[in-house]
Amino acid sequence: MTLPRQACLAAVAGVALLGGCATQAPSYDYSAFLRAKPVTLLVMPPVNESPDIKATPSVWAQATRPLSEAGYYVLPITLVDETFRQNGVSSANDAQDIAYSKLRDFFGADAAVYIRVKQYGTTYAVVVSDTRVAVEARIVDLRSGELLWEGKAVASSAEQQQQQQGGLVGLMLAAVIMQIVGTATDAAFNYAGIADARLLGAPRVNGILPGPRSPLYGQIPTGR
Amino acid sequence: MTSSSPAHGLALGACIAVLAGCATQGPAPLYMWEAFPRQQYDALLGVGYNPEGQIRLLEAHAEKARGANAALPPGFRAHLGMLQLGAGNVDQARELWRAEMTVFPESAVYMDQLLRRLDAPAKSTKTENPG
Repeated sequence: MTLPRQACLAAVAGVALLGGCATQAPSYDYSAFLRAKPVTLLVMPPVNESPDIKATPSVWAQATRPLSEAGYYVLPITLVDETFRQNGVSSANDAQDIAYSKLRDFFGADAAVYIRVKQYGTTYAVVVSDTRVAVEARIVDLRSGELLWEGKAVASSAEQQQQQQGGLVGLMLAAVIMQIVGTATDAAFNYAGIADARLLGAPRVNGILPGPRSPLYGQIPTGR
Repeated sequence: MTSSSPAHGLALGACIAVLAGCATQGPAPLYMWEAFPRQQYDALLGVGYNPEGQIRLLEAHAEKARGANAALPPGFRAHLGMLQLGAGNVDQARELWRAEMTVFPESAVYMDQLLRRLDAPAKSTKTENPG
């Protein structure tokens, strides 16, 4: 039992060191977020800047899980999609132009999550092909119009190779990612899941604050 | 290509298992997700989409959650209700949307809107599912 324990301690120390590195970025100003205390979130259809038309449904469908696990109620996206369609709103750009007050009245949401997909899909090259999803999000208070939070995240199959040189933690991540890729028929959809979890999960340093359904509600994520 | 021994592989496996153990000591998941994100993705894509098959998958998911005493995610009941409506089961849709509202009162404003439209279909734009 001592050997795994030592390995574990070493790994934890490694994570602590890495965490230390990460906190050198300026910490996020949560004052607007803390004032607003959103409960119900409306995730708007993501605007796609990539050439792949699956980016919007994929990144949209993967956003509910991290936000729900972070402790928020996320309005059901497939019904939201239907509502927009029935009201003649057929593109993500049109949807993102709708007035905050309208969204708040119709959906009963406290805040809306506006996502942009910067990169999505697989680029094939001779030596390595890279599946990459890059996303950005802004959370806006639908009462005041105030920006509560913004952030960005990337997930890429190229991490596998980089992280294999990154010690034990890297090995673990690589194993997890390989497993995901192994079961994938639509690899980019799975990377959208990783990217959305990094973007919208909690607690993460400079990430969104845990919501009211989370046991961590009221805690501000810090980098120790 | 590689010459790593089985013992080496085992040691590596043990290491990864230990690390995975360390890494998962965060809060337990709030909900049982199964393939729900994938099912929402399929519904949004609408390609080769089969509501009856999706309903069966979601009902199996709900059964599994009941057995494990696990919570179903936000929007699960609402999404299943939409599929039931598409399959012509209006009563089940109504029941599921009410259930969404009971379990997640945060959904009340939106579920009320949907229920009102369901019960007073003045100018019903029928959503028909081909295939």
